[in-house]
Amino acid sequence: MKNSSIKTVVAVGIGAALFFVLGRFVAIPSGIPNTNISLQYAILGMLAAMYGPVAGGLIGLIGHTLIDLSWGGSPWWSWVIASTFVGIIVGLFAKKLALNEGDFGGKKIALFAIVNVIANVIAWIVIAPSLDVLIYAEPVAKVFSQGVFAAIANSLTAVIVGALLVAAYSKTIAKKGSLDKE
Amino acid sequence: MAANTVLNYLPRKSMVHELTGTTKLAFFLLFTFASMITYDTRVLIGLMVISFAAFRVSHIKLREVRFMLVFMLVFLILNDVFIYLFNPEQGVEIYGTRHVIATLFWRYTITWEQLFYTFNISLKYFVALPIAILFISATNPSEFAASLNKIGVSYRVGYSVSIALRYIPDIQRDYHSISQAQQARGVELGKKEKLLARMKNSVNILLPLILSSLARIDTISNAMELRGFGKKSKRTWYVQRPFSRNDYLVLAFGVLILVLSLVITFWDGNRFYNPFV
Amino acid sequence: MNTPIISFRDFTFQYRAQARPTLYNINLDIYPGEKILIAGPSGSGKSTLASCVNGLIPFSYPGESTGQLFVDGMEAKKESIFQLSKSVGTVLQDPDGQFIGLTVAEDIAFALENDCVPQAEMHTATKRAAALVDVENHLGYAPHELSGGQKQRVSLAGVMVDDVKILLFDEPLANLDPAAGKQTIELIDRIQKETDTTVLIIEHRLEDVLWRSVDRIVLMDEGRIAADLRPDELLSGDLLTRTGIREPLYLTALKYAGVDVTPEKKPAHPETLVLDEKDQELVRSWFHSVQAPPPPAAQAPLLEVRGLNFGYTKDRTTLRDISFSIRKGEMVSIVGRNGAGKSTLSKLICGFETPDSGSVFLDGRDISDDNIRTRARRIGYVMQNPNQMISKTMIFDEVALGLVQSGLKPDEVRARVEDTLKICGLYPFRNWPVSALSFGQKKRVTIASVLALGPEIIILDEPTAGQDFRHYTEIMEFLRDLNAQGVTVLMITHDMHLMLEYTPRALVFSSGSLIADKSAAEVLCDSDLVERAALKETSLFTLATRCGIEPPEQFVQRFIDYDREVREHGC
Repeated sequence: MKNSSIKTVVAVGIGAALFFVLGRFVAIPSGIPNTNISLQYAILGMLAAMYGPVAGGLIGLIGHTLIDLSWGGSPWWSWVIASTFVGIIVGLFAKKLALNEGDFGGKKIALFAIVNVIANVIAWIVIAPSLDVLIYAEPVAKVFSQGVFAAIANSLTAVIVGALLVAAYSKTIAKKGSLDKE
Repeated sequence: MAANTVLNYLPRKSMVHELTGTTKLAFFLLFTFASMITYDTRVLIGLMVISFAAFRVSHIKLREVRFMLVFMLVFLILNDVFIYLFNPEQGVEIYGTRHVIATLFWRYTITWEQLFYTFNISLKYFVALPIAILFISATNPSEFAASLNKIGVSYRVGYSVSIALRYIPDIQRDYHSISQAQQARGVELGKKEKLLARMKNSVNILLPLILSSLARIDTISNAMELRGFGKKSKRTWYVQRPFSRNDYLVLAFGVLILVLSLVITFWDGNRFYNPFV
Repeated sequence: MNTPIISFRDFTFQYRAQARPTLYNINLDIYPGEKILIAGPSGSGKSTLASCVNGLIPFSYPGESTGQLFVDGMEAKKESIFQLSKSVGTVLQDPDGQFIGLTVAEDIAFALENDCVPQAEMHTATKRAAALVDVENHLGYAPHELSGGQKQRVSLAGVMVDDVKILLFDEPLANLDPAAGKQTIELIDRIQKETDTTVLIIEHRLEDVLWRSVDRIVLMDEGRIAADLRPDELLSGDLLTRTGIREPLYLTALKYAGVDVTPEKKPAHPETLVLDEKDQELVRSWFHSVQAPPPPAAQAPLLEVRGLNFGYTKDRTTLRDISFSIRKGEMVSIVGRNGAGKSTLSKLICGFETPDSGSVFLDGRDISDDNIRTRARRIGYVMQNPNQMISKTMIFDEVALGLVQSGLKPDEVRARVEDTLKICGLYPFRNWPVSALSFGQKKRVTIASVLALGPEIIILDEPTAGQDFRHYTEIMEFLRDLNAQGVTVLMITHDMHLMLEYTPRALVFSSGSLIADKSAAEVLCDSDLVERAALKETSLFTLATRCGIEPPEQFVQRFIDYDREVREHGC
């Protein structure tokens, strides 16, 4: 359908803008010095689950690239690719999760959480560090430690914040054909 | 201006500014790719010369981009320190020899190889930095979408980028006012709260932000649809400029740089330039 | 007459998610070159009608329709939205949502870009359209550098580039200050005359649209056409009031005075209305017969602002040397054009921003050192858009949020939330999800969530923006009740009716300065002030002058007092 493709274009744009604003300007201290909770991964998980793998991947790609560019450096492609990957993987389960139907029960919450954890673990413990070693020849121990930390932090954010958001969102959706004037 | 401030666009008259966005985007990608692949010191120094020369030609002053420079410098130093802490022998592993200068404590010795490796990795950042700054400071954000489209990216994706740049300031303002209103109700994200509470509190800000953004997605899609977005398989761009001679030259130069740096780097079958053997 | 350009024949439409049709059996013909106002309360189907014409229905909002709709010779449901958009240009309500381009020029050219128009041609067409709406000197501007009125002009240019035959305006006045709204109506009038387009304006603010003539008013009610008349005819009857549309104030005043309003009197405009000597005498004698109510006893000052200065950046001051004081139990409106510093003032009072100099006193105590949260217990702030404030899915939780965060015991929280919900008339809904509420009810929830903390003052940003007369009255009467219970109320507003009817006193801001602090009736009868602050004179002023009543602000005040009596006691 034509309309849904325009909506995807817009959702990617607005999603990337949200990803950017949260990643660039919002710092929630994580408790470990100099590291912050990246709320943008909660939004990425949610939007990917709503709009599918293409939109999810592009939100991660565009949002992360813009953040890196705005700091002034050239994008840290290994991590940009990892963000893209998270969006794609979570997006693959959009149909199964069917958030637009409302009713986000225990089974779906579990699926949402598992998918997000898997996506983040692969992205940050496999993809990002491997590319770091390949491109930048950084020490394996360093990049994997960073990756493990990112995987834990982003999975936690996606599971706790993301699931709460999705649960709240699904409660705001009206059931089909149920609206009537009061 | 809003999109300008997001990416710090500094308009003025210069050879770099006059190049089309497409050229700058393509050159940026070619150059970044070259600097990513190579670890050959001679190539890196060559690339750095080009990169700094381009910066000069752009008439952009250092103080205008000081914020970015400082940020990247801090990042670079931290990264170098982390690399050293995690593996003080990384240089030795790469270059295969071990010339010790001094021993600090435990496994932390300083070797020429480690210093050279750190020098190279820092060089890698410095090579890319001016070109990256130039790309964002000398390219009108309005040209991004058209440029992406021109180098082969679907215009729909290009337009997503444009929408992101357009609405970042609006969303930032929304976030700000939502979080102020929530703070008035005692919803804090700062250190006073425990980590889990902070995360839960963030939902109180994110939910209104997301819901209003979803409503915004609907309005924007309707507005775009009513004005015929997506009806054809192509589209033209108001801001797109025709290629001039310089554009072709710069593009050719970009390709040449990539090819040359690949050739020189891998001539001897090794990505690294090794002065120790 | 020639053939209609838009024609509804027994047209019925039902949204997929709705249990009943939103439009029933519509029969309506609109002819080329006509200018039509489609009025009606919210939920009457007027926006749905518009969406059928421009094709958003059924392409974006699916549903079932029966009967026929012809637009510019095409049967609407057989065409694509793209085809329809070649004939129908739509200017939507939200000025930011439809400004898609990064700059003015790009936004105007958007439709041409999508049509693959070559660049040279596109540049000429864009400049021409920009000149038509007077934005040709702003082509390189970004949206946030423009006022709401300018953004709307850009949107209009963006549909005019396509040489459309029909222009559709969806609530064009909703987001504008009064002066900009007036200019918009003038612009629409001019464009229509210059280009000979057919114009449809969807709006419930009848008096403001009638600033310039329209050919017909189509009045919608409950999904049906309740009237399709010339303005003079419609305004002479009582159909408007019965469907919940506010009739122009000067007409209400005439009716109170016992003047018989007939189509022959040409009641559509206060300036050209025919008033003979007898009518004027009726108005004058009514004016003299109404007694002014005794002024309320003066209370002690509660909130004092002294010498406040503030700028978001060092080189730009947003507020300059602001001083005023608000007494306990007052209801005050803060008015002025967008960007005059009204919202910034409320942010400074609530502690969201820190002033460069000056201080805020509460009950005589300097609260400059109190943080946001401490201030929030005594000064509540309600944002314009309830959707940006509501962060819980259940009403009870939403109202309880501030109390829970302050660490109150659960049973205390419950007691206070229930009290607040009772005050706000939301108690029966306490276990409902927020999403089931109307916009007005959501607004009420946000007010409740602020009230739960027990503030003495509440500041509301545009409490009635985008609300029709019924919802407006509901919200405002609720606020008046709160005020009667002792809560001091400050309101930032663009609504001149609200200011007149509900707030005896108004603070007028213009480019960062407080330029007037007097009664709302006085403000709206002062042409100089009206101009400087981008307000709009009340039609009552025009009426008073035409009947030779001096001073006109006293007439305005009498009308407001009398109208309140009538609405409260229904005499």
